[in-house]
Amino acid sequence: MGIAAMLGTPIKRREDPRLITGQATYVDDLKLLGLLHMVVLRSPYGHARILHIDTTEARQYPGVVAVYTAQDLQGKVGNVAVAVPLGYISEGMGCRGPLASGKVRFYGDPVAVVLAEDPYSARDAIDLIDIDYEPLPAAVDVEQAMQDDAPILYEEFGTNIAYGMHPPSKEIDRIFAETQAAGGVIVKTRLINQRVAPVSMETRGVVADYRKADQSLTIWSSSQIPHLLRNILAVQIGLPQHKVRVIVPEVGGGFGSKLNVYPEEMLAAFASMQTGHPVKWIEDRSENLAVTVHGRDQIDYVEAAATPEGKITGLKVYGISDLGAYSQLFTDVIMIAFGFPVSCGAYDIPAVHLSADIVFTNKAPTDAYRGAGRPEATYAIERAIDLVAHRLGKDPAAVRFLNFIRPEQFPYKSAAGATYDTGNYHAALQKAMDLIDYPQLRLQQAQQRAEGRLVGLGISSYIEICGFGPKGTAPVGLYESARIRVEQSGTVMVYTGASPHGQGEETTFAQIVADEFSIPVEQVLILHGDTDSTPEGRGTYGSRTTAVGGAAVYNAVQKLKEKMKLIASHLLEASPEDILLADGKFSVAGSPQKAIPFSDVATTANLSNTLAPGIEPGLEITVFFEPDACVFPFGTHICAVEIDKTTGEPHITRFVAVDDCGRQLNPMIVQGQIHGGIAQGIGQAMYEGVVYNEDGQLLTATLMDYALPTAPELPFFELAHTVTPTPVNPLGVKGIGEAGTIGSTPAVVAAIADALGVPHIDMPLTSEKLWRLIQQR
Amino acid sequence: MSTKHAITVTVNGQRHRSEVEPRLLLVHYLRDVLDLTGTHVGCNTSQCGACVVLLNGEAVKACTLLAVQADGCEVTTIEGLAPEGSLHPIQEGFWEQHGLQCGFCTPGMIMASYQILKHNPHPTEAEIRKGLEGNICRCTGYQNIVRAVQAAAEQMHASTAAQPVASSD
Repeated sequence: MGIAAMLGTPIKRREDPRLITGQATYVDDLKLLGLLHMVVLRSPYGHARILHIDTTEARQYPGVVAVYTAQDLQGKVGNVAVAVPLGYISEGMGCRGPLASGKVRFYGDPVAVVLAEDPYSARDAIDLIDIDYEPLPAAVDVEQAMQDDAPILYEEFGTNIAYGMHPPSKEIDRIFAETQAAGGVIVKTRLINQRVAPVSMETRGVVADYRKADQSLTIWSSSQIPHLLRNILAVQIGLPQHKVRVIVPEVGGGFGSKLNVYPEEMLAAFASMQTGHPVKWIEDRSENLAVTVHGRDQIDYVEAAATPEGKITGLKVYGISDLGAYSQLFTDVIMIAFGFPVSCGAYDIPAVHLSADIVFTNKAPTDAYRGAGRPEATYAIERAIDLVAHRLGKDPAAVRFLNFIRPEQFPYKSAAGATYDTGNYHAALQKAMDLIDYPQLRLQQAQQRAEGRLVGLGISSYIEICGFGPKGTAPVGLYESARIRVEQSGTVMVYTGASPHGQGEETTFAQIVADEFSIPVEQVLILHGDTDSTPEGRGTYGSRTTAVGGAAVYNAVQKLKEKMKLIASHLLEASPEDILLADGKFSVAGSPQKAIPFSDVATTANLSNTLAPGIEPGLEITVFFEPDACVFPFGTHICAVEIDKTTGEPHITRFVAVDDCGRQLNPMIVQGQIHGGIAQGIGQAMYEGVVYNEDGQLLTATLMDYALPTAPELPFFELAHTVTPTPVNPLGVKGIGEAGTIGSTPAVVAAIADALGVPHIDMPLTSEKLWRLIQQR
Repeated sequence: MSTKHAITVTVNGQRHRSEVEPRLLLVHYLRDVLDLTGTHVGCNTSQCGACVVLLNGEAVKACTLLAVQADGCEVTTIEGLAPEGSLHPIQEGFWEQHGLQCGFCTPGMIMASYQILKHNPHPTEAEIRKGLEGNICRCTGYQNIVRAVQAAAEQMHASTAAQPVASSD
């Protein structure tokens, strides 16, 4: 085996040594001289007017350096950033500064901050701030919040509905009527995609260090978006962009929740500028559960029309997106921009009608959480397919096979708007059925049911849109970048704009470079997360890092390779077209003895003063990649469950996942992503849920109350894959970060509903809920 | 402000004498006073296990112990699990089996795994899962963590030479 066999190989991660020895540096591990600690005072009410704030006593507490309220920020700090298309929702609705003024609109709304010399004193002093609140009725249930008599979050607008999308439905109504007239069926359901919390194990945190002497600010933040954070924060705090440097150190998970510029980042920056001291803020877990964005929280009214054979003729989805109290970066567009385009899922559905309301409520803002819009859309279509099968008494696999987009139909323009690049949905479902031995398992379950056992099977054949992406679709270009320098020793330094938080890009990107340069992976260094040294990037989210950032790295290598071939051609006295690169050497085609090592060409390029005319010295290039289109990973998950009749506790007995993310660069990392994604999808299906009471009090503010799946609750995942490359990027890769979360949830719900012989049960499918259903049987 | 208490704690084989507030949590003592930042804080309420360390050889959650409670004790943190420059078989297992992604829960997972293997050198998959129920990982779905512990068990069984330095048993 030559050196160049890295891609497709499950090599161990290069990030791990520092992580397994406790030597990694997360934000909370940073210590700076003169560091002040910031603690945030938050609203104890879901909705209330602030009548009076008295900070006198807190200011006098030993160790306290400053206390700030909204008044102190006036004219100095901008609003929390929102990235919605202009005119999408009324200007000012959902907007806020980093500290609440006038009203608080959700439990945890930040009201004041204390800066102190140590975190314990800051916490003590927070309790000494005296606030008079006038509690107001809260709009908690999203459908009630839409009613005329609901408490209003933004009185000046007279409604909680931020935006409604209600296109005429004449055409879809005609199709539904025709289908029914021809003996077909219409299935209808209301699906609750409950609010969940992302819960990265590292909470958010920030250190801000402002130097008055040169008016420059350095921010260390646990973030998925270093460059966006720098660009946005600079505007918010009134500094030129070049005076703000963002460093993203080790990040302990994000799952979309760190894809935002949060009030605390703005507040820490402001506090550092005011005090001249570095300022640290570390979110505690209760804050994380209360104020870091939540995910999902969508209600879907779904109707599907199908022929007696089960062929879907039309689909209607009316979605209500619960925005929570404020707009964050993508709050307003998660459902409509990310979910709706894939409403038809893996199916060739000729007509679709999509309508929506997006609504403010007295709860934490929702925004991106692993999958962001796509799990909700997938859940709706997968449940609809199962309902059609249930109504017609057909096998859910058969209804899927009947409706799948066929491989020869790609690229496929869906009636919901998206154009799918490539896919082979039949193959993935078939492989999953083979792996779980579907016919045999059905037989076995029939026997077990005859014995009175509660067993069920569920299928989910998902697709995903990711790798954002593409030109002309977002308010700003969603590209990635790579700066690559080949040093005189032959070491390759790769500076990427993409910034990871557990995805292992230091390994996969190095594999791309090592393979393309035909050098050992140890010779490649991947650097990320510092806006002063990395070229502009858009961040890690939406399963885009490899498909967009990896493609930028690949393209940069190609350009440098051309230059190195040119230099090698002079050294070898051959024509550049005849130069080959393999096994770490440039050689002349047909004369393998005429060869020069990669490192010698690197040395020549960097040191020689006799390069041929027209060749610039050095080997360095910056390349940007902005894809022309999105990529569409897909797959099928099949879940088998048994429910304990006496306790209602569901047990997953088998979980099979066949996923297709195109070409796999490091299968070990791909599998890890799928495992984690499935775990989160199962979490939503069976355990998780953010709960507020009718006053807007958060009842799930600790991990004692918010149930995350633990090791004994999760099954052993049986994975397989198919490979359908994409032409959208030069690597042929699709995303895999979110696929597991998107695919798994509907399979689990379907399996449990199947076990109880009912068409649908709303999540989370806790043992209590199932026990009650069993009692009613 | 309360009176400080003098404590003596041996951490990773090194004796430390400190004056601490009685309310100072052990995890903050380790991280902020001794600069051993490998032990993490994930939940403050004893659910997540990111802060697991060994106290006199037994796994404890350092976010729910006070530093003064560790007075006179021996503490082992992730930094002291293996001698400088080498890896404990559990650390190797996590690396080999891709038992981590973001790495934040990992030190606590490794220390909890140490506890499992100390009491049960040949655990079944179910026993490993049960043994880790006090530790939350949001990235891996636990499958590769289970494999990591299994791999470590095999290696520790195969090589008695790889005895953990910190064992007080």
